[in-house]
Amino acid sequence: MISIAIFGFGAVGQGVAEVLLRKRKQLESLIGKYKVVAVTDSKGSVVDENGVELSKAIEKKKKGGFDGEKTLGVIESLDFDVAIEVTPTDVNSGEPGLTHILKSIEKGADVITSNKGPLVVAFKKIKKLAEKKGVKLGYEATVGGVMPIIKLAKADLAGNDIKVIKGVLNGTCNYILTRMEKEKMTYSQVLSEAQELKIAEADPSYDVEGIDSAAKLVILANAVMDMDAIFDDVEVVGITRITPEAFEVAANKNYTIRLIAEANKEKGFLKVSPRLLPRNHPLAIEGTMNAALIKTDLAGDIVVMGKGAGKYETASAIISDLVEFYRKR
Amino acid sequence: MPIISVVVELLDKPGQLLSTLEPISRGGGNILTIIHQRDKITPLKRVPVEISFSVEDERDAKRIVEKLKEKGVIVKSYNEIRLIATTSVMVIGHIVKTDLSDTISRIDSTGFAEVIDMELTMPEVNRPSTAMLTISATGQEKLEEALDILREVCKSKNLLLVEPINEV
Repeated sequence: MISIAIFGFGAVGQGVAEVLLRKRKQLESLIGKYKVVAVTDSKGSVVDENGVELSKAIEKKKKGGFDGEKTLGVIESLDFDVAIEVTPTDVNSGEPGLTHILKSIEKGADVITSNKGPLVVAFKKIKKLAEKKGVKLGYEATVGGVMPIIKLAKADLAGNDIKVIKGVLNGTCNYILTRMEKEKMTYSQVLSEAQELKIAEADPSYDVEGIDSAAKLVILANAVMDMDAIFDDVEVVGITRITPEAFEVAANKNYTIRLIAEANKEKGFLKVSPRLLPRNHPLAIEGTMNAALIKTDLAGDIVVMGKGAGKYETASAIISDLVEFYRKR
Repeated sequence: MPIISVVVELLDKPGQLLSTLEPISRGGGNILTIIHQRDKITPLKRVPVEISFSVEDERDAKRIVEKLKEKGVIVKSYNEIRLIATTSVMVIGHIVKTDLSDTISRIDSTGFAEVIDMELTMPEVNRPSTAMLTISATGQEKLEEALDILREVCKSKNLLLVEPINEV
């Protein structure tokens, strides 16, 4: 029996819980029996060593959240095999996720996370500790949502040197740029539309200033390119200064504009900036999609694309890590 | 220093290329690239070969081409192509206010690169303008050097530079 603890119960945490409930039969045929022994939010937790009733926990969360023991107390007092860490991201401190992850690993639990902050701040430290403790670390959900890039690079492209990754890693920016291009609207017009559609946050700076893309780029650079990167290594330019005319002028030369995150091991730089792309370029994708172009020494160029964000999309990436960890051989 | 491109038609057998290259180097030409256009083989089974070389003086180039013809080499075309690498970049911001002609002349004054095309859109006063510049240079490295200059200029003038995805 696999004991799962879910730390953070926002959209992603609830999405994971729903999938664990709804697809129990399918998942148990892959990994065997499981139970969720704890779910926590910023205020408290629901804990049951015999298995939390997830539907009731979701109900309770909707009515205002949990009480009782806080996450750190749960980590200290409860036994679990795997922590699913899905608290909100803070790319400056990495907290509270960083402490949750380190404490869980210390205890000998495997960790799966969608939280970029801890990996941006302390990738090496987390990885070393996980190796020392002999536990598994899954973070497919941190980059590109459902677009499979970490496992693709680590497993399917094993043995390759990844020389360059260029990607559209932020669905919000891509949505805004696509709408500006199609509807000839200004940046601020499209931004308010995106906020109304909940594609952009009330404070959009994390997305539109390129910070989210840069955080993902740092994770990719460390995880699959061995570049030993930190956030400050990334040169970051966002999309706020792009004019509606820019798309017309670009179109005359058959170009479009996208926010591209590039990790270039050959030339040794990390950069997030708006770039001109030929309109038929594989990264010239539309809407909230994410895509990445991976340049390797053996396999040549590989392109992946998929939904960049969303409750179930992110849950899918987390579940894929879970299945990879515990798949019955 | 002008760069010259000639396309010659050669028989597909050993020694042909050498006898073409020899008069070029003897005439003072510095060979830069040789491209066999095997996909364009003529009905008489000749292979077009594009050779580019730099010379001190345009007149040297003419003498070289004469020499080739004297030796019986079929010279299909002959051009001066001073600029062989090109890229387009976009600049957004107060381009005119920050002295557009200075921005362009910073590239043009290098001697190895120039702005060969520009499309400028100015929506209304006080709103940022958008310009697409096409820059050519005498080679890829020089083009990269010109872009470095432009990056610096844009930084100092607070202009947004949107570069092409494929690094030049």
